Amino acid sequence: MSRNPTPFGKKERAALLDPVIAVNPIAVQVLGICSALAVTTRMDKALVMGIGVTLVTALANLAVSLVRNHTPGSIRIIVQLAIIASLVIVVDQVLKATLYELSLELSVFVGLIITNCIVMGRAEGFAMQNPPWISFLDGIGNGLGYAVILLIVGFVRELTGAGTVFGVEVLRLTKNGGWYEPNGLMLLAPSGLFLIALIIWALRTWKPELQEKD
Amino acid sequence: MPRLDSTGYTVMFATGVSVACALLVASAAVGLRDRQEVNAQLYKQKNVLLAASLVKPGQAVSSAEVQAIFDRSIRVRAVDLKTGQLLPEDKFDAKGYDQRKARNDPAQSRAAPANDAQVARLPNYGTVYQVQGADQRVEQLVLPIEGMGMWGTVYGFLSLDRDGNTVRGLTFYEQKETPGLGGEIANPKWQALWVGRKAYDASWAPQLAVIKGQAGPPQNDPHHVDGLSGATITSNGITRVVRFWLSDQGYAPYLKTVRGQEKS
Amino acid sequence: MEHYLNIAIRSIFLENMALAFFLGMCSFLACSKKVETAIGLGAAVVFVQTLTVPLNNLILVHLLSEGALGWVSPSLAKVDLTFLAFILFIGTIAAAVQVVEMAVDRFLPGLYTTLGVFLPLIAVNCVILGGSLFMQERNYTLGESVVFGFGSGFGFMIAIVAIAAIREKMAYSDVPAGLRGLGITFVVAGLMSVAFMMFSGIQL
Repeated sequence: MSRNPTPFGKKERAALLDPVIAVNPIAVQVLGICSALAVTTRMDKALVMGIGVTLVTALANLAVSLVRNHTPGSIRIIVQLAIIASLVIVVDQVLKATLYELSLELSVFVGLIITNCIVMGRAEGFAMQNPPWISFLDGIGNGLGYAVILLIVGFVRELTGAGTVFGVEVLRLTKNGGWYEPNGLMLLAPSGLFLIALIIWALRTWKPELQEKD
Repeated sequence: MPRLDSTGYTVMFATGVSVACALLVASAAVGLRDRQEVNAQLYKQKNVLLAASLVKPGQAVSSAEVQAIFDRSIRVRAVDLKTGQLLPEDKFDAKGYDQRKARNDPAQSRAAPANDAQVARLPNYGTVYQVQGADQRVEQLVLPIEGMGMWGTVYGFLSLDRDGNTVRGLTFYEQKETPGLGGEIANPKWQALWVGRKAYDASWAPQLAVIKGQAGPPQNDPHHVDGLSGATITSNGITRVVRFWLSDQGYAPYLKTVRGQEKS
Repeated sequence: MEHYLNIAIRSIFLENMALAFFLGMCSFLACSKKVETAIGLGAAVVFVQTLTVPLNNLILVHLLSEGALGWVSPSLAKVDLTFLAFILFIGTIAAAVQVVEMAVDRFLPGLYTTLGVFLPLIAVNCVILGGSLFMQERNYTLGESVVFGFGSGFGFMIAIVAIAAIREKMAYSDVPAGLRGLGITFVVAGLMSVAFMMFSGIQL
């Protein structure tokens, strides 16, 4: 049977939108946690990482899907790794050339996109079995789901930890003559874990089918 | 259609993927290299200007303006750290000299004597940015400093008045300290607290220190700077780094010659 | 000697890969249901890390850095290939993991079955690549790389075994339905991370 898939048919919309909440990579699939914790101290860092991961996942999915019928089984993981690593290097180089000061702060974590479980997970779990266009959409969807969580956590941490949102002062800090005493714990790494735990709790209470059965 | 599992096809495919990836990566790296180097250069220059208060923090300056101000007001010199003598401009290209690279090159550096700022190697020559006033007289000296903070090496510029003692400015342009806590060393408001302090005491021993709690105004408390709450380790690290570069291992020999010239 | 001890203590406790930098979280959360599995995975990570960080250091110093290719021919002395670091690092890691996998399969078949798919997944474990990237950033020498490799791997092992032990004990706790399993593990990991911060006050 040769159904001609429409560009934005039901399956395609599902691939794009499901991962944003219902099958969110961080909160539901438990992938991509590492960088979610370290780069969410400020929203601008979270946004750049979110965009970076979305780009890499989408393009990697596209590339892997294009060659999926020609890739020998014995080297497929390494081929995926090579494609992903190359894309990450390109993203890193572009960052250094455009947003230099931000790239200094994101240094190690951009490189770690290579090992970000989301990228590998989708390449191996979806792109190897599906046509290019829907794989591309799936990549964007998962990247967006990742970015959404990053931005939520980043928003809470930056606002309560530094009183700013994207660097713009919202809560005036006592050291700048205002009233808000910043919550130092929010700037430290463990707060990211606590916040994600709260998000998972909220998500699983809203959708009980996601709860783990003992 | 060759068998997907045959060795020959596998090797061919692997080679094909490698070549494609290599081309992609190499063209990105080579194509963007110039822009990256310009960015790195401009970033450093901007920080020198910030330390010298020629550019205000948060001031919107274009890259062209940074370049123009830098070329107009800064004279880049190199100094022999051991002797404190400036190297003649026609004998040594100070502008092209990369102090960080030289520090790692055994031919251009030496192991540093044991110190608590965890500076492992010292380059033979250090860079000095002489800030020139309207009458071509040297007004300030901007000195690169580096050493261990809490999580990693901090890199910054310390600007001293031409008396070799009064602090005119301080910036940190590269650091890995905890954002909001130790990372406040990059906060211009905290950096402004350094202005007007004295680096040395009457016997020319480095006395600048970041203390716990608040320091008084520069007239009453010439050597102390407010501590960063929740960032004791970073603060102590900064004290050690600043004192190291003000000591005989750092720029003190050079500053002695500057003071000698001032008096004459 | 003291310098190496310093690096070791820092990488095991103060800068614990899992609890301070949050690297390797995926396998940290997935393989920590039983202490046995955690020990096995931890040991494999220690081995791969101690092997790959120094190896990557050699590659960086003798192949990639600016001027490194001088030993091949003087005309290549100005070439700077550091932008290839990511790819070459991951290549070494994948190869090392392949070797470890074959060795474990041959000499410790019981462990091989227990670890299952997580042994090859060490190749994409953030801790391993992260270790090499930190080594590159801090310009470690070969000796320092060996110590750092072992230390960072060992720190990860301590963390994952500890959380596995806690999770085993929690089997009898009354956890709210929405937090059960993954959620409460995150909370515990967060608390462990706060606890490990006490090490940052240590002056070495």
